[in-house]
Amino acid sequence: MNLTLKIWRQKNKDDKGKLVDYPVSDISPDMSFLEMLDVLNEDLINKGEEPIAFDHDCREGICGMCSLYINGEAHGPDRGVTTCQLHMRMFKDGDTIFIEPFRAAAFPVIKDLIVDRTSFDRIQHAGGFISVNTSGNTIDANAIPVNKHDADTAFDAATCIGCGACVASCKNSSAMLFVSAKVSQFALLPQGQVEATDRVLNMVKQMDEEGFGNCTNTGACEVECPKGISLESIARMNREYLKASLKG
Amino acid sequence: MSGILNSSVGRKFAMALSAFFLMIFLVQHFAINLLSVCNSETFNEVSHFMGTNWLIQYVMQPILLIGVLFHFIMGFVLEIKNKGARKISYVKNNGNANSTWMSRNMIYSGLFILIFLVIHFLDFWFPEINIKYIQGDTSGLIDPNNAESGLRYFEELQHKFVPVWRVALYCIGFVFLSLHLLHGFSSAFQSVGANNKYTKGLRGFGKAYAILIPLGFIIIALFHHFNQ
Repeated sequence: MNLTLKIWRQKNKDDKGKLVDYPVSDISPDMSFLEMLDVLNEDLINKGEEPIAFDHDCREGICGMCSLYINGEAHGPDRGVTTCQLHMRMFKDGDTIFIEPFRAAAFPVIKDLIVDRTSFDRIQHAGGFISVNTSGNTIDANAIPVNKHDADTAFDAATCIGCGACVASCKNSSAMLFVSAKVSQFALLPQGQVEATDRVLNMVKQMDEEGFGNCTNTGACEVECPKGISLESIARMNREYLKASLKG
Repeated sequence: MSGILNSSVGRKFAMALSAFFLMIFLVQHFAINLLSVCNSETFNEVSHFMGTNWLIQYVMQPILLIGVLFHFIMGFVLEIKNKGARKISYVKNNGNANSTWMSRNMIYSGLFILIFLVIHFLDFWFPEINIKYIQGDTSGLIDPNNAESGLRYFEELQHKFVPVWRVALYCIGFVFLSLHLLHGFSSAFQSVGANNKYTKGLRGFGKAYAILIPLGFIIIALFHHFNQ
């Protein structure tokens, strides 16, 4: 496959940045999108040019690092995949592909296609945990009965990898799908009940302080989420938040 | 509970509550307008009751005005905040791949509805306020000095729908209302946390509501234009 890539280049967070055209040739349809970028980078290095900076780690769809906005969609045109799982067979020979970093005020660009997503870490620190005594008397989690439906739904929410595709896809840069997944995974389990009130209030407060936008229920986040986190999570978080506000 | 409007979830909840209130009001408004097609006398009587009943005039009417103003002001505030959450736009963005046009353009459909509402208020609400509370005529009669002249509401309604431009404007306004409701109805339920086994049915009902109510208003406007 021969392709034209229009890639966002930005030297650092203060640079204005611009799209730069890169022609690539002899790309195998079986390559992953990141492997295609590897080929381009090798070519750039051989020419003595600055390679394109992009995030990647596991390359098997679970680390959530590969935050690329490809042809106007987070992680590209395929569904239920991260960028490392996106294959070049999703494109046609001769295509022009736009590659941009995830855009949100709360995800500032560090360099080229790499964005700073530590705002997600700060939201997690605000309440995305349960306190467990680990002094040797810890109760085995499996000893507490949980009904199958709640256990499955909690697990579904816990599959969120925090990639930020929800924020990138949302026209408002809202992080509600991410936060709601983290709230849901604990709200559905008995272990999460003790800190339930503080958790949802603190995580939403931190989310707002980070500068994410307001959810208007467009559903773009749900469609683009590589792990299929549902809008049901957001509805659950809304209920949890209102319940917590009435208590607090 | 304090400061709930300072949070993104609280603002969503407040927007949804005002939306529910306005959607219920819309059904009531439609039902009364429908009377003008079925029976002009009943329409006159109900209109006179609505226009002179103290509970409706001094309690429900101010609540409605506050609801309308709150929904519009909060809508614009949220839009400004949301624009600030992405200062640099994508060069290429394929919104159609993951969301509906209606859901992405609520601010524009809302803006057109606001323009329509201003015209609607100039046509009907301000003249009513003038007659009742400035001129002091609460008789509801065509000729306040002649008790036999009959109630004025039906005649005024028909008179308003004579010009083609006004009928066309109202039709366009209701199309934008329909587009707004096509997303807004189900969105309001999601915002208050209602997403369960009834959601699919509710979405279907919401689509029917969003199409049938504005269509009904359009038919009523056309009916009065062609039946002068």
